[in-house]
Amino acid sequence: MSSTSNTTTISTVGPPSRRNTELAMLVFAVIIPVFAYANAGLALSDEMPSGMLSYGIGLGLLAGVGHLVVRKFAPYADPLLLPIATLLNGLGLVLIWRLDQSRRLAQRAASIDQVYAAAAPKQLMYSAMGVALFVGVLILLKDHRILQRYTYISMAAALVLLVMPMFFPAKFGARIWVTVGSFSIQPAEFAKIVIAVFFAGYLMVKRDALALASRRFMGLYLPRGRDLGPILVVWGMSILILVFETDLGTSLLFFGMFVVMLYVATERTSWIVFGLLMSAAGAVGVATFEPHVQERVNAWLDPFAAFEKGTTDQIAQALMAFGSGGVFGTGLGQGSSDLIGFAANSDFILATVGEELGLAGTMAFLLLYGLIVERGVRTALAARDPFGKLLAIGMSAAFAIQVFVVAGGVMGLIPLTGMTMPFLAYGGSSVLANWALVAILIKISDTARRPAPAPAPSTDAEMTQVVRP
Amino acid sequence: MSELTLTVMRLGFLAVLWLFVIVAVQVIRSDLFGTRVTQRGAARRGAPDRQQAQQRQQATPPPQRQQSGGRGRRGAPTKLVVSEGTLTGTTVALQGQTITLGRAHDSTIVLDDDYASSRHARIYPDRDGQWIVEDLGSTNGTYLERTRLSTPTPIPLGAPIRIGKTVIELRK
Repeated sequence: MSSTSNTTTISTVGPPSRRNTELAMLVFAVIIPVFAYANAGLALSDEMPSGMLSYGIGLGLLAGVGHLVVRKFAPYADPLLLPIATLLNGLGLVLIWRLDQSRRLAQRAASIDQVYAAAAPKQLMYSAMGVALFVGVLILLKDHRILQRYTYISMAAALVLLVMPMFFPAKFGARIWVTVGSFSIQPAEFAKIVIAVFFAGYLMVKRDALALASRRFMGLYLPRGRDLGPILVVWGMSILILVFETDLGTSLLFFGMFVVMLYVATERTSWIVFGLLMSAAGAVGVATFEPHVQERVNAWLDPFAAFEKGTTDQIAQALMAFGSGGVFGTGLGQGSSDLIGFAANSDFILATVGEELGLAGTMAFLLLYGLIVERGVRTALAARDPFGKLLAIGMSAAFAIQVFVVAGGVMGLIPLTGMTMPFLAYGGSSVLANWALVAILIKISDTARRPAPAPAPSTDAEMTQVVRP
Repeated sequence: MSELTLTVMRLGFLAVLWLFVIVAVQVIRSDLFGTRVTQRGAARRGAPDRQQAQQRQQATPPPQRQQSGGRGRRGAPTKLVVSEGTLTGTTVALQGQTITLGRAHDSTIVLDDDYASSRHARIYPDRDGQWIVEDLGSTNGTYLERTRLSTPTPIPLGAPIRIGKTVIELRK
C-alpha cells in the first residue's frame, strides 16, 4: 500500500485507463453537432433537417468505431483527443452543410459556370475515410518508435511531397495542390506528419551537438557556425516553398515546427531568436518581389481598400462577419457569412463560426484546439522515449501553428494564407491528415501512460540482505 | 420558427459547447497523474473510500478492534512523525495498519536514503495495541534510541527510531 489517508507520503499514482471517460465524452461530442444541425435546420427552413437521423447515426457510428479501436489497440490513450476531434469534425460538417444551403453561394457558382455540388456529403465521406485512416494507423502502428527507423526515408518523402505541387498548375494563386484527373490533394497536409517524424529522429541524434557546443554572448548561447547548417537548410526550404509555391502558410508551418522542435530538443532560447529573425527576414524579403505574396500583404494591411478596389473582398467580408457576430452571434443559419463567397467553407470557415456563434463560440472553438494541443504537449511530457517526446511536440506544434496561421489570417492578424482549419474546414487532405495525426498522438500517449511493467524481483538485493553478518 | 425558440436554441447551443469545454478541462484535472501529494497536518476525513477500503483489507488487526480494544488507554501514540531526514515533517496516522519503511516504492514511507534497504523495517501494533518496530534484515540496521534492533521491540512514546539519516518517532 503506497498511501494512507492522513499521510503526507508522496506516492506514485498509476494512470487509470480512462476509456469510460472517453466514451462519455464521445457521446457528448456526438450530441452537440446533432443539436447544432437541428438548430441550423430550424433557422434556415423552419423544420428539422431531413437527414438529421442519418447524420447523427453516421457521426455516432464513426465515433463508436474509433472508440472501440482505441479501447482495443490503445487502452491507456488520452481520453480527450478522440472526443475533441470528433466534436470539431462534427461541427465542421454542420457548418459546411449550413453553407451548402446558402442561395448566394449557389448563385455565385452558377454565375461563374460551376456545378454547385453540396460539400457536406463529400465531407462526411472524407470524415469516414479519415476515421478509417485513424483506425488503420492505430492497428498497423504497433509502436511509434518504429517510425524512428524511417528518419531519412521520411525526409525524402517529405521533400517529394513538398516539391510535387510545383509541377502542377497553380490553383487560386498558390501551388499547393497535386491534381490527378478530377481528384486533387494537398500534399503539404501529409508532409507535416512525415516531416515531424524526420525532425524528431534527426534532432534526437543531433541534439547534444546542437545544445552543448556553443559560445555565450550577451546572455544568449550562440551555436557554432557549422551547427547552423540544419536550420539554414530548413529555412532555405521554406523560403523556396514561399517563392515557388507562393504559400506563406506551409512555409511558416514547417519553419515554425522546426524551430519549436529545435528549442525543445536543445533548451536553447537562442534558436527561437534566430528562428524569428530568419523567418521575418525571409518573409519580408520574399514579399518585396513576389507579386502574389505582395497582394496578400496589401489585402492584410488594408482589407477595405482591397474590397473597394475589387482585388479581394474575402478578408473584409470575414472581418465584417466577425463584427456582426458580436458576443453571442446571430445563431446558426442566421448569419450572412456566405457573402465571403469563395472558400467560405474551407479557409474561411472560422468566419462563419465568428458570425453565427459570436465571440463566445469562437473562444470555445479556439479552446478546443488549445485542448488538443495541450493534450499533445502533455503526451510529450509523459512520453518516456526522446523520439516520442519530440514527435508529439512536433505534431502538437504543427497543429497549433496551423490553427494560428489560419485563424490569424481570417481575423486579419497576419497575412492570409491558404490553409485549412484542422477538422473544421472542408477538404479531404486536411481531414485525412489530421485524423492520422491524432491517431499517432493517441498511440504515443498510450505508450506514455501505460503503467510500467512490474520490475522483476531483484534477487540480488534479497541475497545480499540474507548474507549480511 | 419563432424568434424566441431560435434565441433559446442559440444560447443553449453556446452553453452546451462551453459545457463540453468545461467538462474536458475537468477530465484533464482529474487525469493528472504522476505523484500525489497528500495534505500535511490536518486530518482529511474525506479521503477516498477506495483507499479506506484498501486499508481495511490490509490492516493487520482491523481498525475497529483498535478503537475498542487496548488502544483506548491513555498515552497511546496516534501518529508517526518523521523528525529528521529528507522527509522531515511527514506524518502518518496510526490506525492499526502496518507501516513499512524502505526504499521500495510500495512502502508506506518511501525512504530516499542511501543507507536504507529496500525493505528496511516495519512498525505494527501487537495484540494489545502496543506498537512494535521490527528490522526486516536491513543492511545498515535500525536503531531505537542508541541500540541496534535485533528483535521486534516495543516503541516507547517519543523514542527516536533511526534508519540511515531518517529519524522517526511516535507521538500522541
